[in-house]
This record gives sequence, C-alpha cells and structure tokens, in this order.
Amino acid sequence: MSPKNMSSSAVLESTAVPDKSGKRFSLRLEYDSSRNRSPWWSPVLSVILALLLCAVFIAANGMNPVTVYEKMFRGAFGTSYGFTETLVKAIPLLLCGLGIAVAYRISVWNIGAEGQLTVGAMAATAVTIYFPDLPSFWAISLMLVFGIAAGALWGLMTAIPRTHFGVNELITSLMLNYVALLALDYVVFGPWKDPQGFNFPGSPMFTAAQSLPVLGTTRLHIGLVFGLVAVLIYFLLIKFTRWGYELRLIGANPNAAKYAGIHIKRHIIIVMLISGGLAGIAGMAEVSGVTHKLMQGISPGYGYTAIIVAWLAKLNPLGLIVTSVLFGGLIVGGYSVQTIGLPSSISELLQGAILFFLIAGEMIHRFRIRRSA
Amino acid sequence: MDFTTQLLIAAISAGTPLLLATLGGILNERAGIIQLGAEGLMLMGAVTTCIVYIRSGSLLLALLATLAVTALLGIIHSFLTVTLRANQTMSGLAMTLFGSGLSAYLGKSISGLPLPGTSPKLDLGWVKSIPVIGDIFGRLDVLTWFSLLLVAALHLLIHHTSWGLHLKAVGDNPATADVMGIRVQMIRYSYVTAGAALIGLAGADMVLAYAPTWNEGLTAGRGWIAVGLVIFARWNPLRALFCAYFFGALDSLGFRIQLLGSAIPPYFLKMIPYIVTILVLMYLGYRNRNKPSGTPESLGTPYIREQRF
Repeated sequence: MSPKNMSSSAVLESTAVPDKSGKRFSLRLEYDSSRNRSPWWSPVLSVILALLLCAVFIAANGMNPVTVYEKMFRGAFGTSYGFTETLVKAIPLLLCGLGIAVAYRISVWNIGAEGQLTVGAMAATAVTIYFPDLPSFWAISLMLVFGIAAGALWGLMTAIPRTHFGVNELITSLMLNYVALLALDYVVFGPWKDPQGFNFPGSPMFTAAQSLPVLGTTRLHIGLVFGLVAVLIYFLLIKFTRWGYELRLIGANPNAAKYAGIHIKRHIIIVMLISGGLAGIAGMAEVSGVTHKLMQGISPGYGYTAIIVAWLAKLNPLGLIVTSVLFGGLIVGGYSVQTIGLPSSISELLQGAILFFLIAGEMIHRFRIRRSA
Repeated sequence: MDFTTQLLIAAISAGTPLLLATLGGILNERAGIIQLGAEGLMLMGAVTTCIVYIRSGSLLLALLATLAVTALLGIIHSFLTVTLRANQTMSGLAMTLFGSGLSAYLGKSISGLPLPGTSPKLDLGWVKSIPVIGDIFGRLDVLTWFSLLLVAALHLLIHHTSWGLHLKAVGDNPATADVMGIRVQMIRYSYVTAGAALIGLAGADMVLAYAPTWNEGLTAGRGWIAVGLVIFARWNPLRALFCAYFFGALDSLGFRIQLLGSAIPPYFLKMIPYIVTILVLMYLGYRNRNKPSGTPESLGTPYIREQRF
C-alpha cells in the first residue's frame, strides 16, 4: 500500500479466518477515501438494481415485472411516436439538469428547478397576454428573454439568502417551488384565465406566432436545439475559460479556492442565475412548444427528476444528453403502463430508487476486502 | 369561542406534525447526520398509516407499522451516511424522491378513501369546563399529548442525562467521543433511526388529526419546513415546541382569514408559511452572523476512524 493510502484508509473490520492450509490470516474491510472516482459501470449497475427493487413492488401489485418493463420500454422507445414523446420530455430535463449540474459542481444544492421552470413559463405567458400582436420572431425572442429573466430572478432569490444571510439553499429553493406553484394557480384561476375556456383554469391558447416551430407533424419542438446549444456552450465555458477553471477549482477544493482569492459568493450568485435561467428556458419551451397555453401541471416534476438526471450523468454535460433521454423515456414509459392498470408513479419510484443506488454505488467502491497475514 | 382561541387550537393541530418532524430532525442532526429526507419520510408515514388503518381497522397496528417502515428507511439512511459515508445531502434528497414516489405508488389503491377513525381524543373531564384553557386542552388527541411529553422527554435526555452528553459529543466531535469509548457509529445509527421513525409519526399525525384521507403529496412541503424549523429551534426541543406552533398558526391563519371573507386571493395566503420560513431563516442568519448558530459542529461530515495497525 502506498504511504498516501495509509493515511487516508481505515480498517473497519478485522476477522481472523483460517485458510485451507490451516494457516490463519485475517480479512479486513478497508476504506480508502483517495479512491474518489467511481467506476463507469456504477451508474449502469444502479439503474439495474433499481429496476430489480421496483420489480418487487410491481410483483406485489400482482403483475409480471418483465411484462411491465417491456411495455414501458416499447412505449418510450419502440415506436416513432413514443420516441419523439420521449425527446419532448427530455428537453426540460436536459435544460433543468444542466442548470442543476452547474450549481452542484460547486456544491450549491439547488432543488428549485421546478419553481424556476414554473416562473419561466409564467413570464413567457405574460408576453403573450400583454403583447399579443408581436410578429413571430419578436414574440418568441421576448418570451425567451422573459423566461430566462424570471428563472434567473427565482435563482437569485435562492442565492442571496445563501451568500448574504447564510441560509441553506436547499430550504430556500424548495420553499420557492411552492410559492411559484401557488402563483401559477393564482394566474390561471384568476387574472389570466381564458374567458372562452369554459371555466377551465388556464390561459388563452397561444397563437401560431407565439408557438415554437416543431419538426414535421410531431410534437418535437425547437427547444431541443436550445438544450443542445446550452450543453455545448456550457461544455466550452467549463473547459476553456477562466470562469470555468475557477468553478472547477471551487468544486475540487473550496478552501484552496478561497485562499487563491476566488470570490466564492460571486460564483454562487452566478451559478444560481445560470441555473435558474436554464430552468426558465425549459418553462418557456414547455408552454410555447408543448402545451401552447399556461395551465396547472405544466411540469410533472421535471425539476426534481432533473436532479437525478444530473447526478446520474455525474454532472457531465455530454452525459446529461444520454440521461435526460433515458429519463424522458422513463416518464413516457410510466404513462404507457397506466393502460394496464399500474399507477404511473412507478416511474417516480424508479427514479428515487436509481438515486439511492447511485449514491451508494459511488461510495461502495472505496471499500475493499484485503487479506493480510 | 373567539378568533384567537380558534387560532390557537388550529395552531396546535397544524403544528403537531411539524413538531414531531422537527423533534425527529433534532435527534438526527444532534448526532451529526443531516436529515433532508423528512418530506419523503412523512409521506411514507402517512401512506403506511392510511393503508394499514383502512385494511386492518386497527389504529395501534397502523402506528406500529408506520414506526417500523420509517425506522427501516432511517436504517437505510444511516447505512448510506454512517457506514458508506455517502453525501448526506444527496442521501436525504434520494429519501425524499423515493418516499414521494413510493407513497404515491402504494397509496393509489386507497387514494381518497376515508380513514375508519381519527386519533382518539383524551377526555379530561372537568378541565373542559374551564374557559379558553378547557377549549384548548380539553380536546387534544393522543398524538398531540404524546408530542408534548416527547418535548419534555427529549429536553431531559439531551440536557440532563449522560446519554444526551454522549449524543452531543458524537454530533460535535466524534473523534473525541470515540477516544472516550463512546460507540459513534452505534449512536448515530440509533438516533437517525429513531429520528426517522418520529418523522414518520409526523406523517401519521397529518392523516390522523389533520386531513383524514390519503392524497398524493399531501404533506405539501411540511417536511421541508420542519428541516428549516430544526435550525429555527437551534436544535433545542423546547424551542421546537414554540417554533412548530408558530408555524402551525401561520399555516392555519390563511384559512382563517379566508373564512372571514377577505378579498386577498387564497393562493397568496397559502404562500405565507413558505415565505415566512425563508424570512425567518434570513433573520436568524443575519442576527447570528458573528455568533455560533448552535449547529452541531460535525453536522454533515462523516466520521472516519484513523487507520489502526
């Protein structure tokens, strides 16, 4: 064992076991904190284990887990309609997940993507209500700007209590999710309710000029390009700019970064603005590209799912593309098993289980069983 | 009864789940482990209570099942954070997401069904006839009395027994505690498990005393408010009592104002507890900016015993 490992590893258990020849040796479980890079297969394994765990719950519901998983998979990836739906769901996951990855990189635990998405959608809708006759380009651009600004503002409201008052951002961002959802309820039941909507809570339908262009006859909209461009920009910023370097430094060692003269507070504010802004784009894209109006339930928890999406991708922007499609498929697959009488919450259950196994898997490889005389 | 008495009664009824969850959180965090899974644990507690109570008809069985299920989740959290030393924030978040998914999945079959009964009320006989005090204390249910006793018990445990000393040692300085012969891992496991069970009981109280039927996500962020209350109460059970009732009052204030026929849209009144949580934490952060906040010193950091040869 190298001297470096000696200082950072610890013996947990030491059991004396006689081996075949009768000579005694001991088995030790060692913890080695220097092994902080989990192997590539750990995310794959955690998905498999989560599927196995949830199979138990499916079986308890009196169904064959294999049939259910097959149906989920076919529903999400088996048909071209299913696959475009999966991509449609992947768009907000990618945008929110990217925002979350930026924040988590420096241990800013933003769990407020849901609220940031919601206010983004509301701000975009405000444009359609207060500037109804803009030509398409200006309408979409203004909606995008409003969406980003609202999301970023919501992010800022999480950042400022953290940087200036020492309030845990987890609590703030979550509380703001509820505030945003209540504000959404207020506008769709109140001032923005469609007068021709048969009393259904929701804004008037967007005009064609206020809707994002879609691919052919599918529901797949240009938001996918927003997401991919954002991934590319983020990737380049992190790799090639001073800001990206500082971010990586804070992530690796906050104390060293502080002594190197990096303004950590400023970085927290910047990442929360970015994080909120990206979720705001997701919200704008949902109303303008998918629902074409503001209503309750525009997000089936994208903001929370995106946390798992980001963590499963190990906060890597390129990995996010893969995991967001996977989880988009999980949501679509969850809907498709409703027809055989299984609650669609099976997909939420799977998501939670994946995260559990994922964080366990990140640690478990640090433990090794060693044999010594 | 006047407005204030009604508000006090409502504050206690809405505050009891918060109190139980906050006490659970205090036990967790005093041992040095962050518990962000409160929301998921409360949901799991609520759904277990509903399922077992509706299926078996026995309240006692329902409560025991709730304690068992949420204690098991607590053991999982301890295994991840104490034994595997996983990131405590992420483990808690996983608990919340898993708990809300699992509770929605399990609760589908009983969603909207009424419970066969509520938490039984203790009849205090003559006390009920005293004005105001009788109105408030004459109608408390068993779980509320239990939570009040628990406040006293935990206060004595933490501040006046050697067990409490061990607990604080483990939460503040596990290395020293270890040297003193205190079994750090064991203590952390026990308190995290007990804390999780208490948070589960908070979920049970939500459905037994507050909203007597299961609905997906019925806790509506109360688990997270309790996480904030732990800080607000400065990890102190007695302060937790006042903080929880204060928030219980805020929670029911919106509803009461609505009943008075106010012109304020109810959505804004419902925002009050969430916004006040943030404001209170900001105020505390500002006031305590140069003082120790009372946070257990090793909160969030796993304990690794040095190499032995």
